[in-house]
Amino acid sequence: MASSDALLPISAREEDPLLSSLLDGSRSDPNPETPRGRRPFKGLLAVSFGLLFIAFYVALIATHDGSRSHDAKLESDGTATTTSRARLAGVSEKSNDRLWKLSGDRKAAAFAWNNSMLSWQRTAFHFQPEQNWMNDPNGPLFYKGWYHFFYQYNPNAAVWGDIVWGHAVSKDLIHWVHLPLAMVADQWYDANGVWTGSATFLDDGSIVMLYTGSTDKSVQVQNLAYPEDPNDPLLLNWVKFSGNPVLVPPPGILPKDFRDPTTAWKTSEGKWRITIGSKLNRTGISLVYDTTDFKTFEKLDTLLHRVPNTGMWECVDFYPVSMTAANGLDTSVNGPNVKHIVKASMDDTRIDHYAVGTYFDSNGTWIPDDPTIDVGMKASLRYDYGKFYASKTFYDQNKGRRILWGWIGESDSEAADVQKGWSSLQGIPRTVVLDTKTGKNLVQWPVEETKSLRLSNKKFDIEVGPGKVVPVDVDSATQLDIEAEFEINKESLDKILGDTSVAAEAEEFSCQTSGGSTVRGALGPFGFSVLADEKLSEQTPVYFYVAKGKDSKLKTFFCTDASRSSYANDVVKPIYGSSVPVLKGEKLTMRILVDHSIVEAFGQGGRTCITSRVYPTKAIYGAAKLFLFNNAVDATVTASFKVWQMNSAFIHPYSEDAVRALSRN
Amino acid sequence: MVMMMMMVVMVVVSEASIVQQTCKETPDFNLCVSLLDSDPRSSSADTSGLALILVDKIKGLATKTLNEINGLYEKRPELKGALYECSQRYKTILNADVPEAIEAISKGVPKFAEDGVIDAGVEASACETGFNGKSPLTSLTKSMQNISNVTRAVVRLLL
Repeated sequence: MASSDALLPISAREEDPLLSSLLDGSRSDPNPETPRGRRPFKGLLAVSFGLLFIAFYVALIATHDGSRSHDAKLESDGTATTTSRARLAGVSEKSNDRLWKLSGDRKAAAFAWNNSMLSWQRTAFHFQPEQNWMNDPNGPLFYKGWYHFFYQYNPNAAVWGDIVWGHAVSKDLIHWVHLPLAMVADQWYDANGVWTGSATFLDDGSIVMLYTGSTDKSVQVQNLAYPEDPNDPLLLNWVKFSGNPVLVPPPGILPKDFRDPTTAWKTSEGKWRITIGSKLNRTGISLVYDTTDFKTFEKLDTLLHRVPNTGMWECVDFYPVSMTAANGLDTSVNGPNVKHIVKASMDDTRIDHYAVGTYFDSNGTWIPDDPTIDVGMKASLRYDYGKFYASKTFYDQNKGRRILWGWIGESDSEAADVQKGWSSLQGIPRTVVLDTKTGKNLVQWPVEETKSLRLSNKKFDIEVGPGKVVPVDVDSATQLDIEAEFEINKESLDKILGDTSVAAEAEEFSCQTSGGSTVRGALGPFGFSVLADEKLSEQTPVYFYVAKGKDSKLKTFFCTDASRSSYANDVVKPIYGSSVPVLKGEKLTMRILVDHSIVEAFGQGGRTCITSRVYPTKAIYGAAKLFLFNNAVDATVTASFKVWQMNSAFIHPYSEDAVRALSRN
Repeated sequence: MVMMMMMVVMVVVSEASIVQQTCKETPDFNLCVSLLDSDPRSSSADTSGLALILVDKIKGLATKTLNEINGLYEKRPELKGALYECSQRYKTILNADVPEAIEAISKGVPKFAEDGVIDAGVEASACETGFNGKSPLTSLTKSMQNISNVTRAVVRLLL
């Protein structure tokens, strides 16, 4: 969905005669209480009131913040007005001047989507329903040989609404078969929405599902459901507990601030424990409940955690990670070599944040290792620095790994979504582990099974001089898996580090604010330009930017620049990214999955991940190409990489025959 | 006497209505107040209610603009292509953005309403650029953008 980024500039509102028709009846006096000479006599009282009100008025003025300004500003499409800070040479800069004028210019030529452009956008190997709207992943689990995926779904439109649970199964997290809806809004306690929930495996291997229902009075409650037939590996039918809801908003929590229950974990007392996000004024919190049967719960007095000024916490996730091993851990695991992750989706910003910390089972609390980057704070870690929200992990007992699903919304207009008939994707499922080398962040990577989509590949070793753009000959370039290693030549590195006249820019640099991929620095940017047409009039660079820091250290940034990804003026074209830890001796590595309108980039083995949605109008089908570029001013870069063509996952539409065939497997 | 007037003004200001308090948080206080005050429901509405009133104004404006577009087919046949594109955009506002916003506000998941409201402004802009600078709808476009911005700010208060 597009944001105000694509709006025309807002001019100060003049008297608008057209508006008067919207204002039913005559314009009323804005304040009917305007007192004209209401209190002519109460002199002394009036004086003291007056002084009080003066103070109040001053307070009102003082506290009125600039909130009115932040929404009206134009955002990254203003790259059109950014000029290069470094030298202007090099092929890539020139060839993009023309496009900057076009995409950044509000009075751009008329543009209309046609069906060819729109149908290209559908992905080949990412999970999406056959049509309509999808959002949060729900209750992912592995059972009797099948990976199950449920999701928030609108059966009636390509925008959010009328939400029910969609369902699909797969043997390998990649090749999916759509199944009938798992749960619909057929009870008073979920009449207004069958919302997000999570699965828990009980000790006997049976499954319970807790999910949020929006009641007929729009109160958010938690409900229990379970498979109707545990012998059905496809878990086609679900039964809702007759005693629902099992949880209602507790005292002090508003009826619309209580949703998205987590998978439960065992406490040392042998009870099950869950957490549910909420807020108290502007403080994001996570409530904790214990239960033995998922039907009655006791609320703990303590919160799992709270962080002021973060707003509502949606889709809270809580799970252990090993400090030493590369495998995932069951949600109930605890112990000396284990840290716990608290993650929340921030309603205010649509960003998923997480922090690494320590869990105290005795009172159900958790504290972050680094309180300066606590969950939801500006600098707090994110699973993904692009478009990625409402994510949820599950423990895959089949292969001993923890897997992360994330909702990837659209960045285009709703008119386009309606025209193309669908909206939203899921990210490629990723394994999640603690980065045992840094100990401070998670590392994510597309599941191994992604490789099963790889077809032919080509291997390249290319030295790219400063300012050069090199076409990479790979035939089709819309379904790719790229794994690359980059090395800046030692001479350049030493020279830059030793040269005191080269300013240390690492402290000021950020992907989002430093002008994008055409702004040239000493040691970058360099990387790939995906979904680019031959003339590079549309392109999406994915790149490293190495900046000199204080004490001659280097700081590396990993970014994706969608600002020139499309001629269309009704799509969001942001620059995403973050710094990425690079340890001594490590080469710079990146992996990119290109799948039509989604580009997923993984830096340094998944330390920094960026998902982008792009909607080219020319760089589509056979016209989409791949380029390698180096926009550094002086440094030469060597890129060693492999590019695989990726097959379609051939996600199967639902049919009774298919399901019968699957059931017999 | 001056003191009396000042205190009278203080009373007015300090007793700011919920409409005024809410509208202070938007990019266009005057527009916000005039839209809300023109609707009798605003005097007893909470923030959600005010947001719904504003979404209703978006709906009204979109309907009005669609009628205008339909009328222009005959008067300005040379603009047929752009007009058609615009009618699709404004139909999206009516059939997708508005219902989405209403449902989301009513059910307490305002972020989806924010998306719908922002999109109303995007659709209006997209329609406008289709005329390559010679739009007969500019005034309506600006109104939609302004109302969209104000409504978005009010919806954000619900997050």
